Amino acid sequence: MKGYLLEISQALIALVLAPGLVGFVRWWKARLQGRRGAAPWLVYYDLRKLFAKEVVISKNTSWIFRFTPYLVFSSTLAVTLLIPLVAAPLPFDRIGDLLLVVYLLLLGTFFLALAGLDPGTAFGGMGASREMTIAAIAEPTIALSIFGLAVGAGSTNLGRIVAETLAHPSAAISPGHLLGFAALFTVMLAETGRLPVDNPSTHLELTMIHEAMVLEYSGRYLALIEWAAAVRLLIFFSLLANMFAPWGVAATLTPVAVGIAAVALVAKLAALGLVVAFLETRLAKLRLFRVPELLAVSFVLALLAVTSSFLLR
Amino acid sequence: MSLFAKILRTPTVTEKLTRGDTEAEVEMIARQIDGRARRLFGRSLHIREVDAGSCNGCELEISALGNPYYDMERFGLHFVASPRHADCLLVTGPVTRNMAEPLKRTYDATPDPKIVIAIGDCARNCGVFKASYAVVGGVDKVIPVNVFVPGCPPEPIDILRGLLSALDRLPRERDQI
Amino acid sequence: MLSLFLVMISAYVLGALAALLSGRSALARALVAAAAAVGSGAGLALGALVIASGVPLTFTSSRLLPITGVALRLDGLGGFFLVVVGLVGCAAAIYAFGYSAQYAGRYSLRLMGAMFNLLLLALSLQVMADNALTFLILWEAMSLTAYCLVLTEHDRSGTVRAGVWYLAMTHAGFAALIAMFLLLSGADLTSSFASMRAGAALLSPASRNAVFLLALFGFGAKAGIIPLHVWLPMAHPVAPSHVSAILSGVVIKMGIYGLVRVLLDLMGGGPAWWGGVVLGAGAISALLGVLYALMEHDLKRLLAYHSVENIGIILIGVGAGLIFHSYGLMTLAALGLISGLYHTINHATFKGLLFLGAGSVLHATGTRNMEEMGGLIKRMPWTSLFFLIGSAAISALPPLNGFASEWLVFQSLLGGSNIPTPEVAVVMPLAVGMLALTSGLAAACFVKAFGITFLAIPRSSEAEQAHESPPSMIAGMAILAFACVALGLAPFVVVPALGRVLTGLGGLPDTHAAFTLNLSLVTPNNFASMSPTLVALGLLVLLGLVPLVMLVFRVNRRLRVSDSWGCGRLGQTPRMEYTATAFAEPLRRVFAELYRPTKELSIDFHPDSKYFVQSIEYRSEITPWFEKAFYGPLLRFIRRLAELTRRLQSGSVHIYLFYISFALLILLLIARWS
Repeated sequence: MKGYLLEISQALIALVLAPGLVGFVRWWKARLQGRRGAAPWLVYYDLRKLFAKEVVISKNTSWIFRFTPYLVFSSTLAVTLLIPLVAAPLPFDRIGDLLLVVYLLLLGTFFLALAGLDPGTAFGGMGASREMTIAAIAEPTIALSIFGLAVGAGSTNLGRIVAETLAHPSAAISPGHLLGFAALFTVMLAETGRLPVDNPSTHLELTMIHEAMVLEYSGRYLALIEWAAAVRLLIFFSLLANMFAPWGVAATLTPVAVGIAAVALVAKLAALGLVVAFLETRLAKLRLFRVPELLAVSFVLALLAVTSSFLLR
Repeated sequence: MSLFAKILRTPTVTEKLTRGDTEAEVEMIARQIDGRARRLFGRSLHIREVDAGSCNGCELEISALGNPYYDMERFGLHFVASPRHADCLLVTGPVTRNMAEPLKRTYDATPDPKIVIAIGDCARNCGVFKASYAVVGGVDKVIPVNVFVPGCPPEPIDILRGLLSALDRLPRERDQI
Repeated sequence: MLSLFLVMISAYVLGALAALLSGRSALARALVAAAAAVGSGAGLALGALVIASGVPLTFTSSRLLPITGVALRLDGLGGFFLVVVGLVGCAAAIYAFGYSAQYAGRYSLRLMGAMFNLLLLALSLQVMADNALTFLILWEAMSLTAYCLVLTEHDRSGTVRAGVWYLAMTHAGFAALIAMFLLLSGADLTSSFASMRAGAALLSPASRNAVFLLALFGFGAKAGIIPLHVWLPMAHPVAPSHVSAILSGVVIKMGIYGLVRVLLDLMGGGPAWWGGVVLGAGAISALLGVLYALMEHDLKRLLAYHSVENIGIILIGVGAGLIFHSYGLMTLAALGLISGLYHTINHATFKGLLFLGAGSVLHATGTRNMEEMGGLIKRMPWTSLFFLIGSAAISALPPLNGFASEWLVFQSLLGGSNIPTPEVAVVMPLAVGMLALTSGLAAACFVKAFGITFLAIPRSSEAEQAHESPPSMIAGMAILAFACVALGLAPFVVVPALGRVLTGLGGLPDTHAAFTLNLSLVTPNNFASMSPTLVALGLLVLLGLVPLVMLVFRVNRRLRVSDSWGCGRLGQTPRMEYTATAFAEPLRRVFAELYRPTKELSIDFHPDSKYFVQSIEYRSEITPWFEKAFYGPLLRFIRRLAELTRRLQSGSVHIYLFYISFALLILLLIARWS
C-alpha cells in the first residue's frame, strides 16, 4: 500500500519539479550570459497562463491534432510511474522495464510528429521529419546503453539495475558504466532537444526540430505539450542520475529514507542541470546533417561500453 | 576555456529598472487592458513582434530589450516564434498596404485573451510616412490597439516601461526593482 | 477436430467451384467470400484446438486422398501456422467481397475467386504435410495459385514482369527445396517426417550443412530474405489488395514455417554458425528492408519492403534461438524461437491490416502514389483509424502487439550474455543495435506513410473526392485491428501457447510455464518483466484523468477554428505541404552512401529570354543495389549462356539426327562401362 502511494506521489513530484528544472537551466544560462534572467519559478506562471488561454486550431487538422497533447502528456506521465525517482524497487517495477520506458517515449514522439504534419504547414512537416530522423538514429545508442546496464545487473528492470549498482559500488566506475554514461548523456541532449542538437529557445524556424512541430499549438494544448517536454527532461536526468549514481535512492520505504532520497534527487537534478547549462553556453548548434555523426560517435561509445562489460564480466 | 574565464570575470550587468521621469508620456492607453488579463500576464507575457512595414529603427530598439543591460526576461517577458504561442502583439511601422492583411491574420491567429502594443510614432499616426501612397494608416486602423509607446524610435528603456505599465507592473516609487 | 478439417476442405473446394461456375454477380462474390471465410474460420478453430489440446491430428492417405504417398499430420507448430492462415484468410475473404466488386467486367472474377480459395486451401494443407512429397506438391500449388492471383490485373504495365520474377524466384527456391528433401530423406520422398527426423542425426556433417544451406536458400527465397527479396516489392504491390494481404501476411511465413520445421524439428538444431547465419541474414534484411521502404512513395511497395524488414526481425529471433540451442541453453532457445513465432503472427495481423487499408485507399482514390493523397482522414475515418492502429503496431509502440514481440526479441538477444564464447556473444549487441535502428526507422517510415496519406490537405482531386469503403471492407480491417490489439494486450496467453507449440521440437523442454506471471510477461531467470495489459490500463486511466483534472481546475475550454498559421500569407494550397519525398530527405542524406541517389535536373527556359523559366523537371532516384550488382550480371550471364546454347539449334535435321545418335552412343558406352 505504501509502495503504491509512493509511486503516485513520485509522479506528482515529477510533475511539480519538471517546470522548475527547465526554469533552473534557463536561469543559469542567463546568469552565464551576464544578465539576471527569468527566475526559475516563472515557468510555472507560464503554464498557468497557458491553461487560461483559448485554443486556436487550424481547420485542416483532424482529431489526431486534438488528441496528441493528451496522449503525449499521459505517456510521459506513465513513464514517471515506472522509473525510480526516490525509491527502488517499487510495485510498478514489474509492469515496465527500461525498454518499455524508451518505447513509451517513442509513442509520444510518434504522435507529436503526426500532429506536426496535420495542419498541412511546411514547418510542421519539417519538424516532424527531422524529429523522426533524430529519434530513429538515437535508438541504437539507447538500446545498447540499456544492454550494457542490463548485462551488469542481470535485468532490464529499473529497480534491479539501481539495486545492483547500490550493492556493488565499484561497478559504477567500471569502463562499461562510464562509457555508457557518456553515450546516454549525448543521446539525452538529442532526445530532449538541447544544444548542440536543437536550440530550445530559437526563433528561426529553419533551425527548429522540436519547436517546429508545436508551432500550431496554443492554450491548454500547448501547456500540456510544454509540460510533457519538461517532464521528459526530468525523466532523462533522473535516469542518468539514478542508474549510474544511485546513492541516495531509498531502498526501504521509511520516511527518513524517502526524505533523503528526495533531497538527493533534487541535488542530482540541479547538478545535471548546471552541466547542461554550461554545455549550452559553450557549444554552438550543430548543422542538422552533423547530428547523425554525433549520434554515431555516441553509438560507438555505447558499443564499447557493452563489449567491455562483456569481456570484463 | 578562456570563454568561462571571461564569464567569471564579467559581472551581471543588468541595470535596475526605475520608474523614470513621471512627467514624460511613457505610454498612451488606447484601450484599457482588463484586470483579468493584467493579472494573467503580470508575470508571464509572451510577445510576438510584427513588423508592419517599419524602417527597422524600432526593431533595433526592441531587439536591444533582450540584451544583458535591459534583460526583459527577468520580468517574464519573452519573445515567441508563433502568434499561437503569444499573448501580446508588438507592432511597429506604419501599416503598409502589403502588410495590412498579414497583420490582420496574425491578430486572428493569436488566442484570446490578447493585447496589442504599438511601438513608435509610425505605429500611432504613420510618423514620417504620413500621407504616403503605400500606407494604410496607424496600427489602430487595422487591429484594436491597447497601448501606444511614442518615440521615433523610443528608447529600449521606454519600451520596457511602456510594456510594464500596461501590465501595471512598474515600480510605485522611484528607484525600485 | 476431424469434422473441422472436413468443413475447412469442403468450404474451400465449394468456394472455388462457386467462383468458377457463377463468376460475376454480387451473389457469386458473396458465396466465394463466405466460403473462404468459413474455411479460414474452421482452419483457425482447428489450429487453436490442436495447440490447446497438445494432441496432434493424424490422417491416413488411403481414406481421404486418391494419390498415394500423401501424408498429413497436424501438430502444434502446424496448428500455429494454421491459426495464422485462418486469421488473415478470414479477414481477407470478408474484405474481398467488397473489394472485388471493382473487378467485375474488367478482369476474370471466376479465376480470382477460384484461385483465392485454392491458395488458402494449399496454405492450410501445407502446414499439415507429413512427408516430403506432400510438402513439395502443396508448395508448388501454393506458388502457382499465388502467381495466378498476382497476374489478376494483367494488362497493367509492370504486372507481367512482376509475375515472371515471382515465378522464377519461387521456382529457384523450389529446386533448392527438392534437393534438400532428397538429401534429408535419402532419395525417398515419401518417407515421413518422423523417419527423416530419425535419419537426420545419422547424416554426415557435410550433408547436414548442405541441407542447412539449401533450406536457407529455398525457404529464404519464399520468405524474402535479402538478397533473395527482389520479387517481393514487385509482386506484392501489383496483386489485388486482399491477395497482397495473404501474400505478405501468410505466404512468406511459410518460409519461416519451413525453416523452423527443417532446422529445428527435422534436423534437431545444428552448430552455432547456423544460428549465426540466420541471425545475420535476419539483421541485414531488417535494416536494408526498412531503409529501402523509407524511400518509397508507392504505398504498397513501401509495405512490401516492410515485409522484408519484419521477416528479418523474425529471423533475428529464430537465429538467436538456434544459437542458444546449439549451446544447450534450452530455455533461452525457447525464448528466441517464441519471440520469432510471436512476431510471425503479429506481422501477419498488422501487415494484413495495412495492406487491406492500402487497398481501401486504392479503391477510394485510384492511385497508390502517396504524393497524390492527403486529407483522407476526414473522408475515410474508419480506414484511417485502422491504418493508424496498424502503423502503431508495426512501429512497435506499446501497448500493441508489435511491441510485445519486439520486446521478446530484444530480451532473447539480451540473453546473449550467457553464451560461453565471447566471440559469438559479441554478435548479440550488434544485433541489438541493428534491431533498435530498424525499429526507429520503421516508426519514422510510418509517420510518413500515415501522415502524408491521411493527414493535412488533399493533394489531388481524386483525394478530395475519396469515399469511405463499403462495410465488408471495413469489417475485414476491423477483424485484424481487433486481433492486433488483442495479441498485444494478452501476451500472457500467447506466449504459453507458443511454449506448448515448441515443446519437443529439437529437444526443447516444456516452457509454457516459465514465461508468465499473472498479467505480466516474464523472461526466464527472472531477467525482465513487463505487462502491456497494465500499461494499457494505466494509459487509459491517465487519458481520462487529465481532462477531468483540467475540468476540475476550470481550465479555459474555448476552442476557435481558424486558418493554419503561415506567417500571414494570403492562402494555403496543397503545394505548400510537406511531401513524402521531402519527409524522407534527411534520411536519404544520412544514408546517402547506401542509396547513391542520382539527380537529373532539366530546366526549360522561355524562348525569348533565359531569365524566365517555363518549367523545371527534377528527377532523383536511388540506385537499386541488388538488382544492379547481383541480378543484373546474373541475368546477363544466363542470357549469354542461352545465346551460346542457341548455336546448337542450327535448324538442319541432319545435325539433330547426329546429336541423337551421338547421345545414344555415349549412353551405350556409359551403360557398358558401369
